[in-house]
Amino acid sequence: MAIPDALPFINLAWGDLLFLILSAVLVGSALLVVTLRDIIRCGLAMMVCFAALAGLYVLIGAPLVAAAQVLVYIGAISVLVLFAIMLTQTKAAPARLVFQTQALPAAIAAAILAFLIALTVGATNWNAVSAPIRTGTAILARVLFDQFVLPFEIVSVLLLAAVIGGIFLAKREQDGPA
Amino acid sequence: MSHSLDAYLVLAGILFSIGTFGFLARRNAISMLMSIELMINAVNLTIIAFGAFIPTLKVQGSVIALIVLAVAAAEATVGLSIVIAIFRNRKTPLVDEYDTMRD
Repeated sequence: MAIPDALPFINLAWGDLLFLILSAVLVGSALLVVTLRDIIRCGLAMMVCFAALAGLYVLIGAPLVAAAQVLVYIGAISVLVLFAIMLTQTKAAPARLVFQTQALPAAIAAAILAFLIALTVGATNWNAVSAPIRTGTAILARVLFDQFVLPFEIVSVLLLAAVIGGIFLAKREQDGPA
Repeated sequence: MSHSLDAYLVLAGILFSIGTFGFLARRNAISMLMSIELMINAVNLTIIAFGAFIPTLKVQGSVIALIVLAVAAAEATVGLSIVIAIFRNRKTPLVDEYDTMRD
């Protein structure tokens, strides 16, 4: 039995349905990241947010970036953030106030920013095509290691410098009060 | 909806605004870094959306997004180790208690 092109009854295409679900998960978990009281739960909500984003990358036709998102963000950066939370927990921290005193102006400013971005996007003609173009891994590798080989090498040196800098900064001093 | 550039750009704008709010409003330094990660991801989503919907940017969008991913990893490493180093000296992760230079 063939699967129909669109969802029965409400005539919604499968891609649109996936987009709606993933963007709802994305926005909901992002809101949880910035509002939850317990910071460990913020970190876990951030992982959900990155997973929804990886799904959106697949939907838009960039499978290699989605795989890199899962590996780098869900696999590495989330673990790094959770370790940093573990190292900087104090007993009193979750019980006290989560937000600064300027939280309300910040919320108003963020809402205005979102509104302005939506307005600008709607008012601009981007000359976009009507369907996303899928980026295959073969052509992406060709461009990455041919045209973009210098940025690639610079990024690898940057990562090495960041690793050494991270070790140096987080290291306990030998004879200081620490 | 999944075939329109505007939907992706508005979604990325909403994600960026949520990150802005978190960065301005949270007291915990690690929460602020998580908000920065949200903002970086929003920008990455716009880059990939432009790469997918504008034919002249076809492959470059994904390549730039991969490079941004690596740079974001470097930024997270250094930022979190700075927070850990400050925590070791001040015994608190809350940024409004880092007020040595105020008085």
